[in-house]
Amino acid sequence: MKTYILAGLIASTALTCGASMASAGDVTLNYWMWDANQAPVYQQCAAKFEAANPGIKIKITQDSWDNYWTTLTTGFVSGNAPDVFVNHLSRFPEFLENGVMEDITDRIAKDKVDMKAYLSGLAESWAKDDHQWGLPKDWDTIAIVYNKDMLAAAGLKDSDLANLDWNAKDGGSFEKVVAHMTVDQNGKRGDEPGFDKSKVAVYGWVSNPADGYGQNQWSFFAASNGFKAIDKPWGSKYAYDSPALVDTLTWLRDLGIKKGFTISQENIGSLNASAIFSAGKAAMVPDGSWMISTYRDTSKFGFGFAPLPKGPEGRKSMFNGLADSIWSGSKHKDEAWKWVKYVGSSECQTIVGEAGVVFPARPEGDKAAEAAHKAKGLDVSAFTLLATPESTFPFPISDHASEISTILKSAVQNVLLNKGEPAKILKDANAQVNGMF
Amino acid sequence: MGFLFVAPAFVGFLVFYLYPTLRAVEISLTDWNLLRAPKFIGLANYARLLGDATFWHSAWVTLTYVLYNIPIQTVLGLLLAVLSDRLARSVALRAVIIAPYLISNVVAALIWMLMLDPILGLTNAFLDTIGIARQSFLASPDQAMISVAAISTWRHTGLTALLFYAGLQAIPRHLYEAAKLEGASEWVMFRRITLPLLRPVLAFVLVTSLIGSFQVFDVIAVATAGGPADSTRVILWYIYENAFQFHKMGYASALSVVLFVVLILITLLQMRLLKADQSDLD
Repeated sequence: MKTYILAGLIASTALTCGASMASAGDVTLNYWMWDANQAPVYQQCAAKFEAANPGIKIKITQDSWDNYWTTLTTGFVSGNAPDVFVNHLSRFPEFLENGVMEDITDRIAKDKVDMKAYLSGLAESWAKDDHQWGLPKDWDTIAIVYNKDMLAAAGLKDSDLANLDWNAKDGGSFEKVVAHMTVDQNGKRGDEPGFDKSKVAVYGWVSNPADGYGQNQWSFFAASNGFKAIDKPWGSKYAYDSPALVDTLTWLRDLGIKKGFTISQENIGSLNASAIFSAGKAAMVPDGSWMISTYRDTSKFGFGFAPLPKGPEGRKSMFNGLADSIWSGSKHKDEAWKWVKYVGSSECQTIVGEAGVVFPARPEGDKAAEAAHKAKGLDVSAFTLLATPESTFPFPISDHASEISTILKSAVQNVLLNKGEPAKILKDANAQVNGMF
Repeated sequence: MGFLFVAPAFVGFLVFYLYPTLRAVEISLTDWNLLRAPKFIGLANYARLLGDATFWHSAWVTLTYVLYNIPIQTVLGLLLAVLSDRLARSVALRAVIIAPYLISNVVAALIWMLMLDPILGLTNAFLDTIGIARQSFLASPDQAMISVAAISTWRHTGLTALLFYAGLQAIPRHLYEAAKLEGASEWVMFRRITLPLLRPVLAFVLVTSLIGSFQVFDVIAVATAGGPADSTRVILWYIYENAFQFHKMGYASALSVVLFVVLILITLLQMRLLKADQSDLD
C-alpha cells in the first residue's frame, strides 16, 4: 500500500534534481554535499574553477545527512544523480558493489596526481584492490569541547584537561573531572557527599544519542580500551562481543544511570549534545572537528577544546576521511574529473582551510585551517594532534553497512538503556551481524 | 457523460493507486536493490517474512500504536462532537477543534519533539515547576510509543470530531424533542438516539482512521526514527528502511503487499460488523 509513498518519493526527486540543463555549449556540473557549513566555502572554489575553466559551471546542492543518501540513491536509479558527490565510507562498499562510482585510477595516473600529498591513510581508505574510487577531500577527529566558565567555577584550569586518563573500571582521572564538573540543583558537585543524581543541573559529560558506530559518543573510549570493530577494512568479522566494548559500554551506562554524571540514554532526546552544551546543561561534550565552526559561531560563552582522555591503549579517535566521487552515469566525466581534481588540489584545499570549517586532506590546507582558527582565538590542536596513524582508527568499512548499523544501534542503545546483560545483548547482535556474510 | 465526471478521480486512481499496487506485487516477487536489474525469485520474500523476527516485532509495535490511538481518538472525537452539538453550536469552537489537523504531520512532530525533550523541553520545565518528576517521553522505549500515539491523537481528534459533528446534523431534531418530552436524560438520548443513528458515520471514521493508524509514518520518521531501541519501529518504518536504507525493494514491496491485504481484511470485517451500508434512519 505504501508503495505510493515510495513511488512518489522517486518521482518527486526525479523532478527536483533533474533541473539543470546547460545552455549553449556550457557544461553544468552538479555537485552534492550534506554539510551546510561547507557549501559556501566550496562556492569560493567553484568561482575560481569556473574562471579558470570557461564553459564549465558548478552547481552546488546541499541536503541534510538523512535525506542526502535517499536522494542520491533515487538519483542513481532515475538517472539524475549529480556528476560529482561527496562520499562517505559507510556507503562506499554498497556504491562499489553497484557500480555507481567512476573508477578514477587511470585518470590519476594520466594526470600524475600525487596521492602522497594527502595525509597518510586518507587516499588509502578510498581504494580497493589498487583501484581508486574517490579523491580525498577532508578528514575529522574527535576532541572534548568544554565550557570555560564551568571549568573555572569548578576550580580547574585548561591545562587540567590536557592529560586525562581513562579506564573502563573506575573511569580514571577523566571520571574524577566529569564528577567534579557535574552539579546538582542544590549546587552540590558530583564528587561531594549529598549529591542528588535525580536533580542534576549541569552534567559533566554529555554525548549525542548513541548509534552503532559511536563516532563522537563512545568509539574513542572503546578503541582506547583495545576494541576493534572489525577484523580489517572490508572485513567480514565484527567484534562487538569483545570484552573491551562490553566493559566500555557498561561503564558508560553506569556513568549515567548509577552515577548521574551524564544524561542517561533514556533521557537523551533527539537533540544533539551540542544543543545541550549550548543550553548550559553540559560542561563537556565530545564532538567532531566538523562541528568547530558551529560552536564558534553559535556559542554565547567561552569554550575550549581538550584532547580525548588516554585509555589503556593510548588516545584513539576515529579518523574519518571524506572523498569526492564521480557518478558512473555522468554525461560529463572529463569535466567532472577536472572539478574533482581541483577540489583535491592545493589551491582549493587552502581556500577551504582558510575558511576554518573542516580540516582539508592536504597538510598545507590544515596549516591554513589552524591559522584561521588561531586568528579567531581558537586552539584546535586537540583535533590535529590526533591525526596520526598511531592515535586513530578507521571507520569500519564492510558490506551490508546500512543493515549492520541498524542492528548495532539498537544493541548499543539496549545496553545503555540497561535493557539486559550487556555481554549477552552485544553477543546476540554480533552473531546476527556476522551471520550476514 | 457520467464517465467524464468521474474521469479525473478515475485516472488518478489508475495512475497513483492501481498501477503502483500492481507494480508492488510484481516487485515483491523479485530481488531488487534499485541499482541493478530485478531478479525474479518467486515467493521467497514472503517466505522470508514469516521467519523475520523484526517484521513480527514491527507488526506488534504497530498494533500497540493502533490500540493506543484509535479508542482514545474516537471517544474524544465523539465527545467533542456531541458536546459542541448539544451545548454550543459555535463555528469558532469548531475551528479551534480542527486547528491541529491543519498543521502538517511533520511540523506537529517537530514541535512536539522539541516540547517533549527530556532535558530542554518545555513540557518537562512545566512538570518541574508543578513538582512532578521529569518524563523521558520520546527518548525512553517505555514511553516513546505512547508519546507518538498522543501526538497523532492530538492532531487527528479534531478531524474525527468534525466528521461526527457532520453526522450529527443528519439526525432529525424532533427525535431529541420527543425524547425530552418523555423525560429522557442526555445520556439516555445519547445511547438510544445519537449512537445508533450515527453508525454509518462511525463506520466511516473507524475504517479510515484505522487504515491511517496502521500506516503511521511521518511522526515516527521525524520524532523517533523507529527508536529508541526499536520501540517505535512500526511496519511502515520497517518498509521504508528496507526500501531506502537497505535497498531491498523486493522485500519492502512484499511487506507492503502483506500490509495491504491485512488492511483489506480488517476493513471488510469492520464493514460487516458495523453494517456500514445501512442506516437506521429510514
